[in-house]
Amino acid sequence: MKKELTCIGCPMGCQITAELADEKIISITGESCAIGKKYAEEELTRPTRMVTSLMEATGSKMPLSVKTSKAIDKSKIADCLKAIRESKAELPVHIGDVMIKNVCGTGADIIATKELY
Amino acid sequence: MRKVQIAVVGGGPAGLAAAVSACEAGCRDILILEREDCLGGILKQCIHNGFGLHTFKEELTGPEYAQRYIDKAIEYGIESRCGTMVIDVTKDRKITCVSRSAGLEEIEADAIILAMGCRERPRGSLAIPGWRCSGIYTAGTAQRFVNMEGIMPGKKVMILGSGDIGLIMARRMTFMGAKVEACVELMPFSAGLKRNIVQCLDDYGIPLLLSHTIIDIAGRDRIEGVTVAEVDEKLKPIPGTEKYYECDTLLLSVGLIPENELSQMAGVEIAPATNGAVVDEALRTSVDGIFSCGNALHVHDLVDFVSQEAEAAGKNAWLHVKGELPEAAERIRIREGNGVMGVVPQYVTSGARGSVTLMFRPRGVYKNASVTVSAGEEKLLTRRHRILAPGEMVSMKLDAALLEGRPGLSEITVSVEV
Repeated sequence: MKKELTCIGCPMGCQITAELADEKIISITGESCAIGKKYAEEELTRPTRMVTSLMEATGSKMPLSVKTSKAIDKSKIADCLKAIRESKAELPVHIGDVMIKNVCGTGADIIATKELY
Repeated sequence: MRKVQIAVVGGGPAGLAAAVSACEAGCRDILILEREDCLGGILKQCIHNGFGLHTFKEELTGPEYAQRYIDKAIEYGIESRCGTMVIDVTKDRKITCVSRSAGLEEIEADAIILAMGCRERPRGSLAIPGWRCSGIYTAGTAQRFVNMEGIMPGKKVMILGSGDIGLIMARRMTFMGAKVEACVELMPFSAGLKRNIVQCLDDYGIPLLLSHTIIDIAGRDRIEGVTVAEVDEKLKPIPGTEKYYECDTLLLSVGLIPENELSQMAGVEIAPATNGAVVDEALRTSVDGIFSCGNALHVHDLVDFVSQEAEAAGKNAWLHVKGELPEAAERIRIREGNGVMGVVPQYVTSGARGSVTLMFRPRGVYKNASVTVSAGEEKLLTRRHRILAPGEMVSMKLDAALLEGRPGLSEITVSVEV
């Protein structure tokens, strides 16, 4: 199976083509440096993303901005957003406060990125 | 009339960094004037991450980045007045401002740092036919509604322009349950970062329509849809390529303009290429004692560079107050050569010390190109780049020593060579 991706390492944005068999990488072509190769390997085997979103806060009209403490599996983004949507923050909240521990079993916590009181 | 040593207009990333650095340099009489209710500027609504890699060596969200500077300002005891709008600045550095708490006030400053930031290009500047229906917002306005007020502008969204704020908002609206139909870009390339195109559009299957534009807006009270057409090399719509998209919201991400009404009131010379003040390497404007930095000076891609520039402005403003900033008697003009637009600073003072940071945007996409700084025929500095693009500002350091021992040197040129 062939997969196409755009490298995000620099503004070149190389179009990388990778060939996969049984989820194993057979070949990577189109990159022009080591950054592209590394990016393609990670992106094809286990793509991860930082997730930032908004959580409702009890007694506040303003929402609380939150982020994952580390990048999580891309496939878990939707679940993670749902968990954030279904939670409510109690005031006061400080930057760095843990709002949800080990969100959706990803090993990452949801932490506050804003002072809200 | 109240007197201060340094007045900073704007409490966003530029104003905060300028005030903090002026204080670290030794100034104890600084006043930040901010028209919103709290400090932090645009960073407050930029809840995505990716800020601070250069400054703090870690990826922060906008509010976290701002808080680091706010905490410092508080720790240093720097006075800030929020909810205070500056309505006039004069050549002799008198500021008029208004606030609910103090009414109309006049403040006299030994130095003023202009850090008002920029604003978004509105629909009015685009000339798209259609009624003045609701549901059309600049991307930043929608970002404020969603991220700070907790209000969703709509459910079915089209985005015109592929600037970074538009891309970031495509993902945000998707996260908040809206359907983003497409992002439409007039040019054959996006002005946004590759990372944002991949992680905000590609990840969620949102099409990026390059060389396309919106030629009509349907809906009288509320927007009902838009007509999109492909454009030719001259950016003119091609008949027969029209396609209608139903939507209840249109977000515009079509450029940022430095905000300089106050600078102009003070008689500060404005550069047409940047829409910001004309400055020298010390961030001095054409008016004695008035400095400019951040997005009010020229639109940046990264807040880290805003902070760096503002730190320099803060330090130099303090030197000016102490009378230690060398007079800008003779200046060397920095010219824009081939492929270069919006060079900042526009002048270097003869006899300047240390390194001068030159920033500009490439006029087009150039691969394997070099950027040179030359004095007449002589090349002073050459830097190779694998790629240059208008969406990525180029920053290079020029050793001021290279300009010494050249009597009569009146200009140097920055250009792209392919």
